[in-house]
Amino acid sequence: MGMKNPVYMDHNATTAVRPAVKDALIRALELTGNPSSVHGAGRGVRKLVEDAREQVAALVGAMPAGVVFTSGGTEANNLAIPGAGTRRVLVSAVEHVSVLKSVAAPEIIAVDSNGLIDLGALDAALEVNQEAALVSVMLANNETGVIQPVAEVSSLAKKHGALFHCDAVQAAGKFVIDMKALGIDMLTLSAHKIGGPQGIGALVLADDQTLSPIIRGGGQERSRRAGTENLPGIVGFGVAAAEALKNLSGFADVRDWRDRIEAELSRHQGVCIFGASVSRLANTTCLTMPGVEAEHQLIALDLAGIAVSAGSACSSGKVEPSHVLAAMGIEADEAATAIRVSLGWNTTEHDIERFLSAWAEVHARARASNKDRTAA
Amino acid sequence: MTEVNTIHGSPGQKPAHKGRPVYLDYQATTPLDPRVLEAMMPFYTEKFGNPHSRDHFFGWEAEEAVEKARGQIAALIGAGEKEIIFTSGATESNNLAIKGVARLHAHHNGSPKTHIVTCATEHKCVLEASAALERDGIAITYLPVGPNGLIDLDQLRDAITDNTSLVSIMGVNNEIGVIQPLAEIGALCREAGVFFHTDAAQAYGKIGLDVDAMSIDLMSISGHKVYGPMGIGALFVRRRPRVRLETLIDGGGQEQGLRSGTLPTPLCVGLGEASAIAATDMDEETTRLKGLNDLFLNNILTRLEGVAINGDLEARIPGNLSLSFSDIQAEDLTAGLKDLAISTGAACSSATVGPSHVLEALGLSEELSAATIRIGLGRFTNEDDIKFATETITAEVERLRRVNPRQTSAA
Repeated sequence: MGMKNPVYMDHNATTAVRPAVKDALIRALELTGNPSSVHGAGRGVRKLVEDAREQVAALVGAMPAGVVFTSGGTEANNLAIPGAGTRRVLVSAVEHVSVLKSVAAPEIIAVDSNGLIDLGALDAALEVNQEAALVSVMLANNETGVIQPVAEVSSLAKKHGALFHCDAVQAAGKFVIDMKALGIDMLTLSAHKIGGPQGIGALVLADDQTLSPIIRGGGQERSRRAGTENLPGIVGFGVAAAEALKNLSGFADVRDWRDRIEAELSRHQGVCIFGASVSRLANTTCLTMPGVEAEHQLIALDLAGIAVSAGSACSSGKVEPSHVLAAMGIEADEAATAIRVSLGWNTTEHDIERFLSAWAEVHARARASNKDRTAA
Repeated sequence: MTEVNTIHGSPGQKPAHKGRPVYLDYQATTPLDPRVLEAMMPFYTEKFGNPHSRDHFFGWEAEEAVEKARGQIAALIGAGEKEIIFTSGATESNNLAIKGVARLHAHHNGSPKTHIVTCATEHKCVLEASAALERDGIAITYLPVGPNGLIDLDQLRDAITDNTSLVSIMGVNNEIGVIQPLAEIGALCREAGVFFHTDAAQAYGKIGLDVDAMSIDLMSISGHKVYGPMGIGALFVRRRPRVRLETLIDGGGQEQGLRSGTLPTPLCVGLGEASAIAATDMDEETTRLKGLNDLFLNNILTRLEGVAINGDLEARIPGNLSLSFSDIQAEDLTAGLKDLAISTGAACSSATVGPSHVLEALGLSEELSAATIRIGLGRFTNEDDIKFATETITAEVERLRRVNPRQTSAA
């Protein structure tokens, strides 16, 4: 149970909606009309859907017609990867589980100790045969924040005639994304990671990519995704995209704070920051407290009113070793001491102070009890 | 009697003569109940956590809300909480149920079953999901309906074979409002040893549903048809005997591995609250709507000749009317009724021109089908709305018949 005014530092799991999004949501929730109805009420809300489509497209430099609204990032990944219908699917070892599990047996391309995809291995794997292939590599990792060399990946994909899908769920709204410049054919977005509502996301297509839909029915979203459009979700997503784009420069503060956390904590012996030497998201740090299990850190930090996580917020409740850190060659013992701290649009400097002092306390106590045990 | 500035057709809506049309399209979507909105709002703002975050208070708080909602949904249909799977809506639920069960049984190693039974008047997404299965080599029987829109139980019994895995029959039809005999269908399926799925998008919260009494194995539920939010639905999946499914969306393994993806906490809460309200209000609301439905029909039938009511007159919900007006093009009629939001058929397909597959299955001629409108009444419809609607509809029908007399009749 957290104390009063708990500090939320798990923005890679989900974010609170931005104030402008909240206002738009309330307005949209009070409207009545099915966007696919032809009467006035339906046509009025249809316009809102199309406005949002433009806002979402603008976030990644795409054409509005390429935006297919889905129920979220997981569905978008499941639509894109099997939906393209290629014989082969090649993915990096650090992809989100919704990419890894979207097809029965994807070919896994290794990453280096910083979490970056092995481009040589990808090139070689694509070289093996000429079967239709799809490459899916994320823009930024949800656990470490490490940014993949996506332009290089897309060049390799193009060289071999493969399609390129990019899961940009964590990257969107954190730096400028130009789908075309990056050579991305299909890109996944999620609203609730950028200050929008949960339950809405999109698959953005660069061209008129043929897709085999997973949800069939009334022909919505140009028959790529059936079901009554989630009007408030779509409107909220649109405003969140516009706000995120407008506030990209605001991430400079976030970067300073994240860097300050890392600078202070890395003064302690043995603290390891994963991916520190490569390009990362400004808001994310994944670091260890030597000798202290993540579970213990989380409980202690929670008691101090700090909400962070041990990894991705997915299914189970059971603590499993991170497949991301394992792929980077981190020993299980060390990986078990790693936590993820992720800042967001409403993080304040005060939050940083509270986190730093809480972390220092947990660390000091752990060292003291270690000493006791050693002495005993 | 209402005064100016009171509710007309949806909450907070001004009367038609103040510029907003009266909303009579409750089968397309329902307005969000203000009580539902109130329950949802905190989960957009201060209680915004990811319900799958296991490491902190924000996650636990969201998870607790999601589980409470799951219980509210289960309670309305006599299900267990663990039997409710959240989805993005009834279209996804229908796709998951039908493809999921049919594919799993078709791929079964020992004794594959490659046949399912559904009905000609099902929602487009049930028909489309079934058509996709046909391309996978699974055979589909589309049961016909009688002129009243109901299936024939003997025909259903005859359609089921040893090769049948699933029967999918909707609870309430979205165009004509008829209620299929769910308990009888369920008993028949149970006896035959096939799973019974029902698309309850239009039935949930409108008629009494009990998954045990009706022997229902899978049930699709929609949020925005029951005064809850868009973008959320549910699928009831029976645990005893266990119904197994192939999944559509994989990843984090949420919803017992049947449907991955972060659950949208506010939307789950909204569907839960909408269900709780329906549980309390259903009986009274049914009586009230019956009165409005009678008033509507009475006002129309005393003024106009050549009006046919589509679908069974007894086995139907009071919130729907499908009416055919002889000598009229429904599109001309709706175009002339700027102050009414009504439709000529299902919302999803109404943007595309073509006769309704439901009316066709009833045996309506193309001409009469094109002369049909759908009226949907609901929680925020009042007597003034009905009077206004029937007045404007009769006047417009009379006008259209005057300017363009024809020789057909709605016999």
